This record gives sequence, structure tokens and C-alpha cells, in this order.
Amino acid sequence: MSDTATTPNPVPDPPTGPVPFDRELALGLLHDMLRVRRMEEKCAELYGSGSIRGFLHLYIGEEAVAAGVMRALRPEDNILATYREHGHALLRGVSMAAIMAEMFGKQEGCSRGRGGSMHLFDAATHFYGGNAIVGGALPLAVGLALAAKMQGRQCITACFFGEGAMAEGAFHESMNLAALWELPVLFCCENNRYAMGTALDRSESQTDLTAKAASYRVATETVDGMDVVAVHEAAQRAAAFVRDSGSPMFVEFQTYRFRAHSMFDPELYRDRAEVEAWKTRGPIHTYTARLKAQGLLTEADFLALDDAVGAEVRRAVAFAEAGTWEPVADLARDVCTPAPGTGDAS
Amino acid sequence: MSTKAGTQEGVHAGTVRITYRQAVHDAMHEALTRDPRVFLMGEDVGCYGGTYAFSKGFLEAFGPERIRDTPLSELGFVGAGVGAALGGMRPIVEVMTVNFSLLALDQIVNNAALYRHMSGGQFSVPLVVRMATGAGRQLAAQHSHSLEGWYAHIPGIRVLAPATVEDARGMLWPALLDPDPVVIFEHAQLFNMEGDLPQPFTADIEHAIVRREGSDVSLITSGGSLWKTLDAAVQLATAGISAEVVDLRVLRPLDLPTVAASVRKTHRAVIVDEGWRTGGLSAEIAASITEHAFFDLDAPPVRVCGAEVPIPYAKHLEDAALPQVPQIVAAAMQLMGRTR
Ligand SMILES: Cc1ncc(C[n+]2csc(CCOP(=O)(O)OP(=O)(O)O)c2C)c(N)n1
Repeated sequence: MSDTATTPNPVPDPPTGPVPFDRELALGLLHDMLRVRRMEEKCAELYGSGSIRGFLHLYIGEEAVAAGVMRALRPEDNILATYREHGHALLRGVSMAAIMAEMFGKQEGCSRGRGGSMHLFDAATHFYGGNAIVGGALPLAVGLALAAKMQGRQCITACFFGEGAMAEGAFHESMNLAALWELPVLFCCENNRYAMGTALDRSESQTDLTAKAASYRVATETVDGMDVVAVHEAAQRAAAFVRDSGSPMFVEFQTYRFRAHSMFDPELYRDRAEVEAWKTRGPIHTYTARLKAQGLLTEADFLALDDAVGAEVRRAVAFAEAGTWEPVADLARDVCTPAPGTGDAS
Repeated sequence: MSTKAGTQEGVHAGTVRITYRQAVHDAMHEALTRDPRVFLMGEDVGCYGGTYAFSKGFLEAFGPERIRDTPLSELGFVGAGVGAALGGMRPIVEVMTVNFSLLALDQIVNNAALYRHMSGGQFSVPLVVRMATGAGRQLAAQHSHSLEGWYAHIPGIRVLAPATVEDARGMLWPALLDPDPVVIFEHAQLFNMEGDLPQPFTADIEHAIVRREGSDVSLITSGGSLWKTLDAAVQLATAGISAEVVDLRVLRPLDLPTVAASVRKTHRAVIVDEGWRTGGLSAEIAASITEHAFFDLDAPPVRVCGAEVPIPYAKHLEDAALPQVPQIVAAAMQLMGRTR
């Protein structure tokens, strides 16, 4: 690495300690993380074989964040995410099959094959994408919350974004609007320390991310994003705060991406050793160990769970493979709403 | 500005085979070496080695002062480029794709393009902004559009679309010498393309160029569509149709004399543009042809454009949304009154 590279961040100790949840929730969180992990491992493989194309941004290493937050949200809440959103979509309730079919470009996909990996959408679960413009979803989150408030609907809007997005004007304008108008937005910053190849301290003069949000008088909290227990507890607190106060909150989840930024990244900007050190904090194996230590999980339980997830992945791939291509004649479909009575999009 | 205008490819003594990526790299390397006022900034141009590896090794060679990694702040760093140009530097600002340049459009349109005029000629903005454009890699709607036509709408900026390794290599230096802002569009489908770089190569940012001579129909295009259009010309030749291929290269200001001269010779024009048809660059070309060469035309100009849809992810739909060789061939055939 060059002399401008950042000094390696000290890697905190792996998360430990008792899991303060009932068995169902405790195992549910593990199941959630495993589903995301196994699905994405399969995606990487399918990318290699060409079934999935375009960009593919894996969430591997960061699963605890989506797992812990989604379970703090209600069905009526809105969710927005980035291009690294496979896990968020899945844990929000979009079926693995529909996600996989989308990545194959099949019309059975959750966006009819129009969006691909970066643009998963699902109206039924209030999942508003899948946004591939960094920072692009933040103002939308403000607007969704504004709409809910103006219509007296009791829901909150959760918006996931990377720390890189905080350099965009959209972040700052959205923070200010949400605070100024007192809107129920839960800003979930997934700080994985790198925006593509740019380490946080090479892109931000103020690396205390909560200080930025706080300057807009938004409530903040920083959480260990590799610890699903801490994430879920913080998300519950934050969601309750936003719900009860109707005001925004910013939570920084400190996490780490184990894989390349996308499938084209030569990873010249970080040392292998740093990645390996962070893997000792992997959200799944550390949590599994804690569950076992507490007697909530046996190795046999784990294998059974993992087998079930494996079967779900196989079914999803089979569904995607059996999926169909949207006819080319439908190319102009869904550009605008068809005019009444014409059945025509133009 | 132009060292050797309108030169045909292949007439030079020697050539070197390089990729488009290498050509862009070499052009920037030369500029950074020749002029200490030149510096490069953009997302991941340094540590990462450039999103498309255009600036690989630059950080080591030129240092972090001149190879500036920027945060994700398109409005800020493009605007800073405008300011640095006003302040006497010669910035090359790299924006990852044209889609992200929309976040910086305000600085390009409201500042860079206007400063000279608004100040009554006191200030000019010698800035170069480079960006990737175009579809074809299944990157879906937010990463695939071709908005060159929008930029070509703006007085006060020069818009270039290098389609060959020679233009990728040659256009940057004269763009930096231009006292006004220049926006360069590099089609992402071309980056891995190999081509023969003539020695010496030309450096022309003023003229369109005839890439293939023909007498029956003019195929007018630019950027990533050039190669499809040249393929179409080859197919047309086997059908006995002699197609001339005009590469616009400079999308603003348009080199209408070269376009009109071609149409006056062939009496027919097909315009091929990956951008959308409505209000697009193709509309401007067609209108200009009818204005300047109407009485030389044997038929109305025909356009082959990107379908009026956001670019879909699925490959078969993306292919269908873009101009392809068979459509270009069919359009030319139709214009010739031929069915096959
Ligand atoms: C406006 C904009 N600029 C640049 C990009 C290219 N890009 C995609 S992801 C990315 C890094 C974003 O980092 P971060 O926000 O930290 O999220 P992460 O990818 O780490 O999850 C960049 C530069 C983009 N998609 N949109």
C-alpha cells in the first residue's frame, strides 16, 4: 500500500457474552444471518458461472446489521437500501426465490428482471429498493416519512446507507430536513470502513459519524455492527424512539465487508491481514459460539439449521433457473402508467 | 488545437497496438508529466488505481497532491475543479459514470459553462471532466445511460466522444489546452478494446471524421455505436450497398461541414445514437442535415436510437433497448429501397 494509505484500524475483540433473548428470537437471528450468508455465497458462485451478471455487491460480513434491524421493524414500516441490499430484501420478507430470479434477470424476479442485484423492490413489504446512486435513497426516506406524517399513518421509515454516502450533499440535506420537519426516519449507517477503495479517514474530515448527525440535532448512537445482539437491542431502542417521538435518529453500525466491493475489485487498498483480523469478529461464528456456550444451540442444531437454509437456497436457484424471460415485445412496459383504456405505455 | 485534422486511420508509417484503457492512461500520464498545473481528481483514482484502472500507478508516480482521491461528493469535487481551473490549475476531473455526473450537473452547467459569458469574458474555465457512459454491461437503469446529448445542448462547453484508441490517446492534451471546459465521454464498452495507435497520432478536438468511405448512404454516429455502425457497413457492403461511416467525435460544437459533405455525396443519412430519440443528439443531427443539405437528400434522414426506456438489467432486454447491427443494416436497406 502507498504512503497515503490509512493506518490500520485496531480490530476490537470479538463480541462475547450472554444472549439476552428467548430461544425463538435467539435462533431466529442466527437463521436470518445464515440465510443471507448462504444465499450470497451461492450468488458469488453463480456470478462466476455467468447466471448472474452486472454488478454484484456482497454483504458478507455485515449480516448482523440487517438481521438485527429488520426484526425491530413492523410490517407497516418503510425500508430503503443501497445496491448492497440482498440481505435487507430477504430479511424484510422478499422470498429468496424472487430475489434469485431477479438476479438471473427472469420475469419471476421481484423487479421482473428489470432491476437485477442492485434494484430489488417489493411493494408488499414496503421495500423501496435497491438504490444504486450513493445517497440517492436518503431524500426519499425523508419524503416517505413526510407522507406518513401528513396522512397520520403510524409508521417509521428505515434507510440503510454506507458511510461513504455521508460525504454526499444528499445526506446533509436529508438530515436537516428530517430534523427540521420532525420526521420519523431511522437512519441506519452501515459503516464498513471503506467506500469502494476509500477508507473513512481518507474521505471524511470528521470521522466521528455521529457528530455529523448530531450537528443537525438528530439523536445518535454507535453500535458494534458485528454483534447481532447489540444491533438488535440498539435497533429496538432506536425504532421505539423514532416511533414514539416522531423524530429522526441516526445509528452507526460499525461493521466490515469481508469480500471485495463488487466482483471487479482487486482490493489494492487494504491488507489481507486486516480482513483476516476482522473475520475473527465474523457475526455468524461468534454468535453461534455464544449460543452454544449458553446451551441455546448444539452443533447438531446448527447443522440442521444450516441444512434447511441450504435447501432453501437450492430451491431458490431452481426457481430462478426455471424462470422465464420477459418477451422482448414488452420492452417499453412500465415506463409510464398505461393511459386508461389504451393498455399502452406510451 | 488540431495537429493534423481529419486524418484517416492507417495511413501512418507505424502503429502500436494498445487498449483503449491504456490509451486513456497514457494520455493522462503525458499530461501530468508535461504540465505541473495538471492534476487528477475523482473517486478512487488513487489508492484503488482508478475505477477502470485508467490511473493505475499514478499515485505512486505523481503523489497524492496531484492524484487526489475524493470523497463521494460529486457536486463538491467537480465544482472544486471549476474553481481550481479559475485559479490557474488544469484539473482533470474523473466522474465514474455519466449517471453520477447528474449530482454535479449544477456545477458543470451553472458554473463551468457560464462563467466566461456571465463575467463578460473576464474568466474562463480550463477544466476537463471525463466520465464513463453507455450501456451493455447489464448494470441496469442507474448505471447505463447515455446522456451525451444533454451535455451537447449546453453552450459554453466542448463535448468529446473518443471512440478509437487514437482519439482516446490524442484528445486529452488539446482538451487541456482549451481555455474553456471540455467534457469527455468514454464509452464503457470500449475500455478493453484493442486498436492500432498510429505513430504519430493525431490530436483533433474540432472535427468529425470519415471512418469508412462510401457512396450510397451516410451512417452518422459516435462513441460506442461507432463499432456497431462499422460492422453494419461491412454487412451492407456484402449486400452491394456502399456505406460511408462518419464518426462525429465532437458532439459540441458539431462539425456540420463534415456531416453535410458526406450527405451531399451519398444523398442519404442514417443516424445511430445510443441515447434516447426524443430531443436527443440524433434529433439535432437530423435537423441539421435537413437544414444544411435538404436539397441533396433523396429521402428523409432515418434514426436508429436507444429505445425510450430506462436500460433494463436482463440481457435480452438490454440488447433490445440499444441500437444493434441488424437494425442499422435494416435502416440503411430501407433507405435504399431494398428489402434484403
Ligand atoms: C453518486 C454515486 N457516486 C459513485 C458511485 C459509485 N459507487 C458505488 S458504491 C460506492 C462506494 C460507496 O461506499 P459506501 O457508501 O460506504 O457503501 P458500501 O459500498 O461500503 O456499502 C461508489 C463510489 C455511485 N453508485 N453513486
